[in-house]
Amino acid sequence: MTATILRKGELAADDWTLVEDGRSDVGPLGGKVIVTLARWRSERESLTAAHAAVGVLVPNTADIEAVYPEIADRELIALQFPAFTDGRALSQAVVLRKRLSFRGELRAVGDVIRDLVFWLGRCGFDSIVPRSDQSLDACRSALDEIRVAYQAAADAHTPVWVRRRGRAAAAG
Amino acid sequence: MYRYDEIDRALVTQRVEQFRDQTRRYLAGELTEDEFRHLRLRNGLYQQRFAPMLRISVPYGLLESAQLRKMAHVVRKYDKGYGHFTTRQNIQLNWPKLEQVPDLLGELAEVQLHGIQACGNDTRNITADYLAGVAPDEHTDPRPYCELLRQYISLHPEFYWLPRKFKFAFTGATVDRAATRTNDVAVHLVRRPDGAIGYRFFVGGGLGRQPLLAQEMNPFVPESDLLRYACAVLRTFNRFGRRDNIHKARIKIVLREWGIERFRAAIEEEYAKINASVEGEELLLLPEDIERMRGYFTAPAYRPAAEAGADVAGLAARDAGFAAWVKRNVRAHKVPGYRVVFVSLKAPDHVAGDCTAEQFEALADICDAYSFGELRSTYDQNLVLADVAERDLYEVWRRLDAFKLATPNIGLVTDIVSCPGLDFCGLANAGSIGVAQDIYRRFDTLDAQYEIGAIRITISGCMNGCGHHSVGHIGILGVDKHGEEWYQVTLGGAPGNDAAIGERIGRALARDEIAEGVERLIHTYLELRCDEDETFIECYRRVGMAPFKARLYENESEAAAA
Repeated sequence: MTATILRKGELAADDWTLVEDGRSDVGPLGGKVIVTLARWRSERESLTAAHAAVGVLVPNTADIEAVYPEIADRELIALQFPAFTDGRALSQAVVLRKRLSFRGELRAVGDVIRDLVFWLGRCGFDSIVPRSDQSLDACRSALDEIRVAYQAAADAHTPVWVRRRGRAAAAG
Repeated sequence: MYRYDEIDRALVTQRVEQFRDQTRRYLAGELTEDEFRHLRLRNGLYQQRFAPMLRISVPYGLLESAQLRKMAHVVRKYDKGYGHFTTRQNIQLNWPKLEQVPDLLGELAEVQLHGIQACGNDTRNITADYLAGVAPDEHTDPRPYCELLRQYISLHPEFYWLPRKFKFAFTGATVDRAATRTNDVAVHLVRRPDGAIGYRFFVGGGLGRQPLLAQEMNPFVPESDLLRYACAVLRTFNRFGRRDNIHKARIKIVLREWGIERFRAAIEEEYAKINASVEGEELLLLPEDIERMRGYFTAPAYRPAAEAGADVAGLAARDAGFAAWVKRNVRAHKVPGYRVVFVSLKAPDHVAGDCTAEQFEALADICDAYSFGELRSTYDQNLVLADVAERDLYEVWRRLDAFKLATPNIGLVTDIVSCPGLDFCGLANAGSIGVAQDIYRRFDTLDAQYEIGAIRITISGCMNGCGHHSVGHIGILGVDKHGEEWYQVTLGGAPGNDAAIGERIGRALARDEIAEGVERLIHTYLELRCDEDETFIECYRRVGMAPFKARLYENESEAAAA
């Protein structure tokens, strides 16, 4: 059965298979698989030969800039949230999008609850795999639960100090 | 004062609705206790001993009369008729009902108040010099910079799930009145000889377990780069702050484990990368951005000195009560004819920092009539009317006094800083309020207080240190020993320019020993001081711990005191 996830703000069937390190096989041959960074490093050639596409799951402790040359050409990079309160991958995402100009699919996996979704969207994740007990419709609506922002992250917002240029201070 | 525009209003309003939905889902069983805990904390809501505690952010301690009237209203409607000012210039309510908090926040939003990021592992409310804009020793008003940074860090998606809480404090004056280096980041505005404004950044401070003072990271970050450098520090913390142990999760631990050179290099490297990228362009503040923000913090319409000024000494000579208040609670102002008035929240038999609905209303009226409608909250849990004309001082005193807000004890032994302690707080190990009151009673007479002079007594009911015990001249930390309340005493701490972490004197004192112990320490000082001009802390620094220790434990053997 294909899982449903949030992709580019909409519910979508997921055509990727996440392959954990412990598994001996490497997912459906000819399909799209996501493997860990360690596996990608050791089996890069065989993986690309056997699959239509290979995405890479990067640990949230990794120095994303140092790793990036190895994964820059990937269609998909997945980042981890071992707990929804662990925001390390949010910084990785912003650096990937804004500093390294990664344009592929950026996926959030792990303890992704509805109340993390808004922050993920703003940090440049366009592919969100909610925890299995979460309502997908609720997750989708959470993407724009706050529609104004003071600062730009990896999203379409313009910083307020830029938006306000040319305006006088409000009467005080 | 900063004024919301439609962007600020939309943000706060939508935030209330977000929290309303989260509360609804929690009450409906759709969010677990732990999930909701992280969400409510980021809206200022703590679970306390008896009820939720709501912490309301007061950005850099600045309040206006409409907010005070709203506070009077909400503490009556949703609480038990009073609020509590904290060492971080915020206001806490101790008795709101969870299901009513969204409505309460909705009412606060009408007057630019909120609980956004007041608790939780995120960037907290920014604190600053409570005399910003009026202090004679100030060279640059920090408030426009505080507000620019406040907006940048509010609901910042990248820094919303940090390893631990993260606090900024600002000053633009010679005297540090904001305990800046006890914060994760201290920002000192600086002016170079050529007139260029910049920021001296200190990073890695924090009280609580393992108290440390922030260390200088960069002596001069250009004025345009406030947000760039802040981003570099926050990203470094988000990336490297420890998440395996909550007691080691503050940025101060990264600094301690890495050493200052490696730590500084990491921040500087990130800062350089930001500056070289599209982010750097976005985060760059133009002179017009800063100028625009300055427009919110312009001087009020002061009257000429000839109109505002008065012979204060002459007035004081006619009334001893007024004279005592002028001496202790009134300070110099940079504008001739004006004075800074401290409102003491340390009346006898009054919980330090508490403010009743009636007092909120009285303060609203007084600041409207005599201080351009504004009020500040201080690091010491008092309040400040920053712009009072000299000729209005007597009337201001009379009106404050009618509401028990004119106790002439600012900076004295009864001006005790204290957290709510075990009486309210779910984290506390021991009571603070009762200890503060016992000490207060021992020095109740004004003559005794004036004899002792300037001293800072600070009390925390637990290691987290909300009462800033680590930086008290006499610091008192409540600990739990087998279900009993005990108190560890430290000496020599200080929060300001002479910032220092106090040193523990010896074995903890029992609840019924602590007030007597403090009295012994103070008597030791009175005996040892060179003259009346040598303050407690100066004397301690000269003579050291030994005589204080000997006197405190004089009835015990050396071994027991060790």
